[in-house]
Amino acid sequence: MPKPSPKRIPMRAQKPEKRRYNFDEVPFGYSPEEAMAEAQRCLQCKKPSCIKGCPVEVDIPGFIGKIAEGDFWEAAKIMKRTNVLPAICGRVCPQEIQCEGSCVLGRKMEPVGIGNLERFIADWEAEQAECVKCEKRPPTGKKVAVVGAGPAGLTVAGDCIKLGHQVTVFEALHKPGGVLAYGIPEFRLPKAIVQREVDFIRSMGVKLVTDEVIGKSRSIEELFGEFDAVFIGTGAGRPWFMGIPGENSLGVYSANEYLTRSNLMKAYLFPKYDTPIVKGKHVAVIGGGNVAMDSARTALRLGAKESMIVYRRSRKELPARAAEIHHAEEEGIVFNFLTLPKRYVADKDGWVREMECLRMRLGEPDASGRRRPIPIEGSEFRIPVDMVIVAIGNSPNPLIPGSTPGLETGKHGNIVADPKTGRTSKKGIFAGGDIVTGTATVILAMGAGRIAANSIDEYLKTGEW
Amino acid sequence: MLGPGIKRFELDARDIARKALPGQFVVLRIREEGERIPLTIADTRPDDGVIAIVFQEVGKSTKLLGTLEKGDSILDVIGPLGNPSEIEKFGTVVCVAGGVGTPEILPLARALTQAGNKVITILGFRNKDLILMEPEMKAVSSELIVTTDDGSNGTKGFVTDALKQVIERGTKVDRVIAVGPVIMMKMVSKLTEPHAIPTIVSLNPIMLDGTGMCGACRVNVGGETKLACVDGPEFDGHKVDFDLLMQRLKIYLPQEKESLELFKKTCEHQGENDA
Ligand SMILES: Cc1cc2nc3c(=O)[nH]c(=O)nc-3n(C[C@H](O)[C@H](O)[C@H](O)COP(=O)(O)OP(=O)(O)OC[C@H]3O[C@@H](n4cnc5c(N)ncnc54)[C@H](O)[C@@H]3O)c2cc1C
Ligand SMILES: Cc1cc2nc3c(=O)[nH]c(=O)nc-3n(C[C@H](O)[C@H](O)[C@H](O)COP(=O)(O)OP(=O)(O)OC[C@H]3O[C@@H](n4cnc5c(N)ncnc54)[C@H](O)[C@@H]3O)c2cc1C
Ligand code: SF4
Ligand code: SF4
Ligand code: FES
Repeated sequence: MPKPSPKRIPMRAQKPEKRRYNFDEVPFGYSPEEAMAEAQRCLQCKKPSCIKGCPVEVDIPGFIGKIAEGDFWEAAKIMKRTNVLPAICGRVCPQEIQCEGSCVLGRKMEPVGIGNLERFIADWEAEQAECVKCEKRPPTGKKVAVVGAGPAGLTVAGDCIKLGHQVTVFEALHKPGGVLAYGIPEFRLPKAIVQREVDFIRSMGVKLVTDEVIGKSRSIEELFGEFDAVFIGTGAGRPWFMGIPGENSLGVYSANEYLTRSNLMKAYLFPKYDTPIVKGKHVAVIGGGNVAMDSARTALRLGAKESMIVYRRSRKELPARAAEIHHAEEEGIVFNFLTLPKRYVADKDGWVREMECLRMRLGEPDASGRRRPIPIEGSEFRIPVDMVIVAIGNSPNPLIPGSTPGLETGKHGNIVADPKTGRTSKKGIFAGGDIVTGTATVILAMGAGRIAANSIDEYLKTGEW
Repeated sequence: MLGPGIKRFELDARDIARKALPGQFVVLRIREEGERIPLTIADTRPDDGVIAIVFQEVGKSTKLLGTLEKGDSILDVIGPLGNPSEIEKFGTVVCVAGGVGTPEILPLARALTQAGNKVITILGFRNKDLILMEPEMKAVSSELIVTTDDGSNGTKGFVTDALKQVIERGTKVDRVIAVGPVIMMKMVSKLTEPHAIPTIVSLNPIMLDGTGMCGACRVNVGGETKLACVDGPEFDGHKVDFDLLMQRLKIYLPQEKESLELFKKTCEHQGENDA
């Protein structure tokens, strides 16, 4: 086998000076030739370390090998065996710490572009007249209710229907997808792709009920009148605020609200769409994760002259995906590292006008292994702003834990579930995704969904808990 | 039609009708391009699977809702959301409502009466043409006082004047519940505070999802930030920062105006086409 080239095939993308004004997807994807060339860099390791880095253990050399041969159909089939949402994972997985982070090539050169290839094969399949059909087991007559149509719930639904059970998904919002629909912006994950994946699951026979808030219109207990098992995948929906003075000023948003207005409600098309949104000119986004990058880049596209990230640690500790940080930098997002907001100052009508911040320095590593930020006394300074987006995280959605007596919850209001089975403290109830772990990743939520689906199947067969 | 710009609709919503309790609300989205707006569940008929809403046409979405006719459908109806009102035997409860708050307080007054309370209802309107639902309210109250700002009917003055009289005439009031414009709820709370009468208000901040996910509806109660859609909508009136609520209700004023004007224009346009 020839030695692989040290650099991966780059993915063509919209130019930064153009894309910062539109909501179209940033990278264009590989052409078949580019994909084959990139696939040929894979060494087809006998003991592939990359698979260990993937939470759902995609057969990476398997599907990449088929791409290298030009057999895209077979590649898609291999992919769909372990991953029902490849078009999404290829775009949003933090590959640099998962599959690609474990690829052997990465020790000496750029790892294989596994995410790019995954995206390629999913998009290729979508363009074909036919799609990969999944084999379904004969009907079992059992019924499974899935609460929440995010990545965790959709995975459970897709897997359980393949296992022969009847599945109904209940979603509180008017659109399925969870964070994929309301949180992650169009320029990073086109909504047509989410729709396509949802349609695929529907085409397998899953029933999807939107506008149904479980815990309000029906309790979990009541679902057992109709269903034999229930999976809870309601996500980490409640936004955190810092609790500092001025945080309720006009123009201070939670990232959830800002992104929901823009993505789910299409406020960027106001007034054609009815939902309004504040269009800040000098925008500060508090936080350093994917949510913060998405917010800052959305603000730019909604007409901000200046959109900045305000993060209390340094660049090295930014938790966002490497690709998003890179894209944000290219687009001209300003990064204020080692900075912590202390309070917001509003004008007489209540609109935010300035934020007072403290400079930080990094101390010893904390429990998370990252160096702890320490405020520098007397370092207060002010930044003029007319809009602030708080993107410091979410806690688990309290609706279901609060309305289901006897369901064990943890310190932060998360549902306690066995990571090996997804079983909760109550018979017949399973849970997974952000509602159990707190905000994590799409692929971890899907991984939890897969585990739960298998253990639901077992429970429905044996009745044993 | 209940009054000028105030309409009552009955909606087919079986699951919601079965579960809804006084004080809860729904979120509606009328059409694909529409926004999500919250409206109180004004009544339910669980056996027919029907809920009632009463709304005032104040802007684009409520005016658009008002153009719908019997048999039309609404794209999304989500609920019942929020916590139900606390209904217990308190003793004497004064229900205070103004304008479009009137239909919202009807199921509350009814439930409180059924729970064995003496219910005194005070309703306030700007003038006699705007008076709503007097007979229905009378039927569920031991005493009904109607005020008009200009004295064109009932007692002249504001609901607070009437409430003051009730307190001053020596009636032992065990609880006050106020639903209506923010300024009214603020004045009622101010009035009852020195008398240490527990006062419950139903807050109406701008909402988006209504499930506690976005934080749009945050209000300050007793120095703490609460989400009205999941922690409320009812709160202790003596602890609410009403000024903040009034400010936050104004966030989108320019956009609301733009949206309404565009809506009026397209309506006129359609009118021309129809002719
Ligand atoms: C802006 C943003 C960007 C992100 N970027 C990335 C990224 O690039 N890569 C990555 O891997 N991860 C990313 N994440 C994290 C990732 O999206 C989540 O970890 C993942 O979506 C969790 O999936 P889930 O199924 O557990 O929950 P969710 O996606 O939160 O879905 C839960 C669903 O349940 C519904 N629900 C809640 N309560 C009820 C109820 N009572 N009844 C019915 N339905 C209910 C909700 O409406 C929602 O649709 C991002 C998150 C955000 C917010
Ligand atoms: C829990 C709750 C229950 C309510 N119940 C009723 C009811 O029973 N009857 C009724 O007539 N009204 C009710 N409202 C108010 C109603 O939601 C608003 O009048 C409506 O959203 C206005 O929309 P619009 O497009 O017609 O007007 P707009 O022109 O958009 O707005 C007019 C005013 O309505 C308020 N408003 C705007 N958007 C929202 C929103 N998304 N959420 C809340 N308020 C908003 C603002 O103060 C705004 O200035 C309730 C509000 C809440 C929060
Ligand atoms: S699912 Fe995610 S982690 Fe797994 S191989 Fe695909 S991109 Fe990598
Ligand atoms: S570790 Fe890298 S080179 Fe080896 S099989 Fe996986 S992707 Fe290919
Ligand atoms: S309306 Fe979104 S949290 Fe209350």
